[in-house]
Amino acid sequence: MTFYRNLTIKQKQIVWAWAFLALPVLFYGLIRFYPTGTAFLISFQEWNLLGARTWTGLDNYIKLWNDPVFWKVFKNTFAYLLIGTPVSLVLSFIIAYHLDKLRFMHGFLRMLYFLPFMTSAVAMAWVWRWFYQDVPIGLFNNLLASVGIAQISFLNSTTNALPAVLAPAVWAGLGFQVIIFMAGLRAIPISYYEAAKIDGVGWWTVLTQITLPLLKPTMVFIVVFSSIGFLRIFDHVFNMTTNNPGGPLNSTKPLVLMIYDTAFNGFNMGYAAAQTVVLFMILLIVSLLQLRLLRSE
Amino acid sequence: MTIAPDVPAGIRPTTDAALAAPKGKPKNLGQIIRWLLLFAGGILMIMPIVYMISTSLKWPHEVYNVNLIPEEPTIENYTYVLEDGRFYWWFVNSLIIAVITTICNLLFDSLVGYTLCKFRFPGRQLVFIAILSTLMIPTEMLVIPWYLMSQSFGWLDTYWGIMFPGLMTAFGTFLMKQFFESVPDDFIEAARIDGLNELEIWWKVAMPLVKPALAALAIFVFLGNWTAFLWPLIVTNSVDMYTIPVGLSGFGDEVDVAWELIMTGAAISTIPTLIVFLIFQRFIIRGVVMAGLKG
Repeated sequence: MTFYRNLTIKQKQIVWAWAFLALPVLFYGLIRFYPTGTAFLISFQEWNLLGARTWTGLDNYIKLWNDPVFWKVFKNTFAYLLIGTPVSLVLSFIIAYHLDKLRFMHGFLRMLYFLPFMTSAVAMAWVWRWFYQDVPIGLFNNLLASVGIAQISFLNSTTNALPAVLAPAVWAGLGFQVIIFMAGLRAIPISYYEAAKIDGVGWWTVLTQITLPLLKPTMVFIVVFSSIGFLRIFDHVFNMTTNNPGGPLNSTKPLVLMIYDTAFNGFNMGYAAAQTVVLFMILLIVSLLQLRLLRSE
Repeated sequence: MTIAPDVPAGIRPTTDAALAAPKGKPKNLGQIIRWLLLFAGGILMIMPIVYMISTSLKWPHEVYNVNLIPEEPTIENYTYVLEDGRFYWWFVNSLIIAVITTICNLLFDSLVGYTLCKFRFPGRQLVFIAILSTLMIPTEMLVIPWYLMSQSFGWLDTYWGIMFPGLMTAFGTFLMKQFFESVPDDFIEAARIDGLNELEIWWKVAMPLVKPALAALAIFVFLGNWTAFLWPLIVTNSVDMYTIPVGLSGFGDEVDVAWELIMTGAAISTIPTLIVFLIFQRFIIRGVVMAGLKG
């Protein structure tokens, strides 16, 4: 203790700081950085968990490039992103824009829109799966039948299944985006709107010249956040297609499901690791690109 | 051309006043139509949840009817599912894991955030950037190495195995660091002069000042762990160790077409978070905004 007592205040601070950080630094090193390195390493190896790990260089990546399933999965993953992100952005903005202008039972309406965010993806995937069943089981088709419309095949159709799986993911995330948009709308100083009123500007001009430009930081956040979510979609797809994960005919399979299958059903660890590296790259490129595009101008 | 200047993301006010629900009655026809449309949309939004609960209270023969209110409501499905015993364990497992992980995050994320915010020491910038950079690493990339790690240390199929990857998060650390910025250095200096050691200053002076941030973090971590699926699915093998989402996923396959039982399981996994939300609604929404805009 005499050693500690002889330190200057500044030196004591350094001792405390590193004492506080010791365990967390160990954690981040062992549970985040070391595994990241391992993932890259394994992606250059061939390994089925039981046998020996052998170096294969770029073989896993070459195999991936030539794998038609991978390209199908790649397309699906971007379909989730390219449909999911704009749809949820536009819907949540419209809801937030109008909700912001209402006072009567405002808190109650906000609650209705936010509630789905508090649900579990697995539970809701099963609820929606039931909605999508054929007559006489599924709710949607029963409703269609009651107004005399022929039933639609949702989860068994190679064209309808992907949007059907995406719908509950958009639904669950909407409330969060509405809340963020409303906070963004509230942050716009009222003086701008008052100035516009004095100038006699119409609502459309106010929307496009004041509201939307000022909401840009909010939109950047929402776009990046929801894009990452859609690129990593898994829970909904897995649970809505458990009888044939990613089916029918891989038409709903996203990259994360392919990774799960390759690693934990096929035990092809090297190949799966290569897929995770590709996912990492996609996430990195997409978020950097969006930040760049939306921040500039 | 824009009339208004750009507002940087960092300085947006997120005070209670900005978020408080405004009150008052709609004045004109336009407002009434707007209200009705939003109300209809809101009802549509909660329909999946309402149908889930409604169906969980129906007898099997009534499940395929689209009526919302069960003709003869029954709790038979709940009795059946809970008597089976597995849901009880999954519920307990999920609760234990979510609670412990939340406590760990509250302690460690705030301690690290506080240290990075209020201490000056060599390596500070490096530690901060290193932790922040882990935000770019997707969980999916780490599950294979985590699995191998768990296998070699015997962590497969244990609570520790399910929990260890989430005990600290970069998101939480960053969030807490942002909030500790608002704690005046004078407070800390005064406590130091009063003879408190650094651990006491963090716990007794700084922590009480960031309670709203701690609450926001707690909500996110708890909800995230309660609904987590991919990693628990990978790391658990025995039915007793499943968490609710993993258990529900297998249960749904097992009972196949008994939708009333699946809806009951889904309701059991969803109702606790809904109740928590309904009680702490304003608090949670404020937390979401703080975490969303500052984190």
